[in-house]
Amino acid sequence: MDLRFTPEEEAFREEVRAYIDEAMPPHIKAKAESGAPFTNAEMMEWHRILHKKGWAAPHFPKSVGGSELDPTRRFILAEELALAGAPQLSPFGLNMVGPLILRFGTDEQKKRFLPGIIDGTVAWCQGYSEPNAGSDLASLRTTAEDQGDHFLVNGQKTWTTYGQYADWIFCLVRTDASGKKQQGISFLLIDMKTPGITVEPMLTLGGTPAFCETFFENVKVPKENLLGPLHGGWDLAKALLGHERTLIGSIAPVLRSIQHLKRIAATKREGDATLLDDPALRDRIASLELRAKAHQMANYKALADQAAGKHPGPESSILKIVASTLQQQVDELTMEIMGPESLTWFNPDGAVPPLEAYVGSRFCYDRAVTIYGGSNEIQKNIIAKAILNLPS
Amino acid sequence: MDFELNEDQKLLARTAADFVAKESPLERARKLRDDELGFDLALYRKMAELGWLSLPFAEDVGGFGGGFLEVALVLESVGRQLVPEPLLENILAGLAVAEGGSAEQKALLEPLIAGEKLLSLAYLEPNGRQRRAPYETRATKKGAGYVVSGTKTWVSHANASDAFVVSAELEGETRLFLVAKDAAGLSLETLKTIDGRRAGKLTLDAVEAELLPGSSQALLDHVLDRGAAGAVAEGVGLTQRVLEITTEYLNTREQFGVKIGSFQVLQHRAVDMFVETQLIRAASIASSVLADDPDPAARLEAISAAKVQLSVGGKYVTQQSIQLHGGIGCTDEHDIGLFFKRMHALNTLYGDEAFHLRRFSASPSFAKVG
Ligand SMILES: Cc1cc2nc3c(=O)[nH]c(=O)nc-3n(C[C@H](O)[C@H](O)[C@H](O)COP(=O)(O)OP(=O)(O)OC[C@H]3O[C@@H](n4cnc5c(N)ncnc54)[C@H](O)[C@@H]3O)c2cc1C
Repeated sequence: MDLRFTPEEEAFREEVRAYIDEAMPPHIKAKAESGAPFTNAEMMEWHRILHKKGWAAPHFPKSVGGSELDPTRRFILAEELALAGAPQLSPFGLNMVGPLILRFGTDEQKKRFLPGIIDGTVAWCQGYSEPNAGSDLASLRTTAEDQGDHFLVNGQKTWTTYGQYADWIFCLVRTDASGKKQQGISFLLIDMKTPGITVEPMLTLGGTPAFCETFFENVKVPKENLLGPLHGGWDLAKALLGHERTLIGSIAPVLRSIQHLKRIAATKREGDATLLDDPALRDRIASLELRAKAHQMANYKALADQAAGKHPGPESSILKIVASTLQQQVDELTMEIMGPESLTWFNPDGAVPPLEAYVGSRFCYDRAVTIYGGSNEIQKNIIAKAILNLPS
Repeated sequence: MDFELNEDQKLLARTAADFVAKESPLERARKLRDDELGFDLALYRKMAELGWLSLPFAEDVGGFGGGFLEVALVLESVGRQLVPEPLLENILAGLAVAEGGSAEQKALLEPLIAGEKLLSLAYLEPNGRQRRAPYETRATKKGAGYVVSGTKTWVSHANASDAFVVSAELEGETRLFLVAKDAAGLSLETLKTIDGRRAGKLTLDAVEAELLPGSSQALLDHVLDRGAAGAVAEGVGLTQRVLEITTEYLNTREQFGVKIGSFQVLQHRAVDMFVETQLIRAASIASSVLADDPDPAARLEAISAAKVQLSVGGKYVTQQSIQLHGGIGCTDEHDIGLFFKRMHALNTLYGDEAFHLRRFSASPSFAKVG
């Protein structure tokens, strides 16, 4: 066992830092500095910039246009990007449907969909949840009727993150209602421009229009857009959830938030000292940071497992539980450090220092991190059964 | 020990609950987020007609002659419905005038109690965080009067106020000053707050101000302690309502073919929420009764215990309420988030958890090892 980075890996870290510094356009840099939320357009712009360097899709094989970085480099890359406050690339194509297409897609589907996912010209969203199928996803009711050369899709998806900006949606739909509920589900790739789809953006608790309701009314989807076997969508969904949890479980954004917290604390003076000099507060920040470091090691280990060819299993639930809870604790402490300033809500520029301006919105939005990607209660149910073998 | 309310107090609590339930549905609080004032002046005046602004003031200034407990009884209903009218805030500014003002200045109280004139307390400063003493705001003598310079932030409903009670340091001492809204050298910037209300940033550049002759840091502390007790009282109603909304949801929402309230982990979560609401309620009784005591040592423990319990329990209750609602709890459309946001404001105002922990641990009462 050797947990050190090699000199080559350290050199790679330097290369990443230098590239970010040089390639990040000023308008994105300004937002990265202040922690302001990025627009979808900015996320896609950054995706294309990273793609030029081959770093948007480091986990894809070279044969389909990825850069096939080894897991350690991938991790270094992700960490440096997060620490620089760079826009998080939309995960729906790159981390969710992309890997599934690679694993389950036909050659035709790979050729058709992977290039746009990798180069950032096509934006995706995820159509799983429905008003009555959240934790119990398998009870979903959106139907796809076999009409010979196409499926006819009817129903409603909800909480569709960035659905209003997406070109494509990947959906779980019911193709058979006769057997066990998990058995009649299929995985469809649907062009958002197809007639019959309407999208209604909703505001989140953070005041941002980050998700939508998505309605399907007699939407014709060509047969070749079925991914994996007919009625076999549940297995794909399960495979993907592992990826989703590993991603949400990533510690890099938490580390970035801790850095942001410290920067804010360093600007708050109390007498001659700053809040960052306050011993009680230092201990509380340190406690979060050290837990994040422990979690970072768990992240490295998960990546090493993936590199060894293992698909993320129930352990990914651990990553998700820890990272999501930590994120909320960091947000809370940041609000506390801001004191009365944390009462601000989206005020005109200048009314509040830029570092602080979006903390409140983030603090509210982040109540969602313990809910999406499978709630933490569901993650614990998984661990209890799949890892600890406790009785049902 | 007697925990019973008297008949008048019971009647007051009931009237307040009925009035608020009828006149202030949650929908109203939601809509007023986008209103310029952030509250409804007409409804505020109706509340004044019911005597709510008069409760803690002595009869000789036109008050009802009650104590802070009466105010707390009304605030509990305010919390249940997230009523945005600045009742507590005007009462606090009024108490500063009542207890620190000259006979002439006390004439302001009659229109305040009638809801005709509004006052705000301006004590926080951009760099002072939770400090109660003025940080950089200074007063100096000028002729027969005074001028004040500095910046005050998070001044509640400043855009609706006719005058401000401003804290400033004068010759090394904390004093309070009355400043008219149209005083020369005063400028106001209005900010929207996380709970959908309005706060002001006051910039004072040698603004003419009237000293409240009886004012001191001790008076300001007493006013702010009543603010803390008020926040807790509001929190009692708020968390109780959140618990009700959440248990109702647990009894309605189905997943996996059953009511989600049948999952034991969620039952225990709801029980923990219930436990917290009960502790907030108990702590609130003590803090609202003792809030009137002008001796800081006599009220410190009760006030700080209640404010810390509000923080610990209120955070838990409102966070878990969202968690148990799942996705719908993360929308702006659902009411549960409004409670979460208001709770953050209540926890931040009048001394946050860290402030009260530190104050208590520095007090003689903590130092007693026994
Ligand atoms: C900001 C945000 C973005 C999202 N983005 C997307 C997206 O892009 N695409 C998409 O498809 N979905 C998305 N979701 C949906 C998300 O995956 C669901 O909200 C989540 O799976 C929970 O489902 P639900 O909202 O129906 O809650 P419910 O399933 O109704 O859960 C309510 C509560 O009950 C608990 N619970 C449920 N079952 C059990 C059980 N068996 N044991 C113990 N507790 C249980 C839950 O943990 C939760 O606390 C998003 C959600 C949010 C908040």
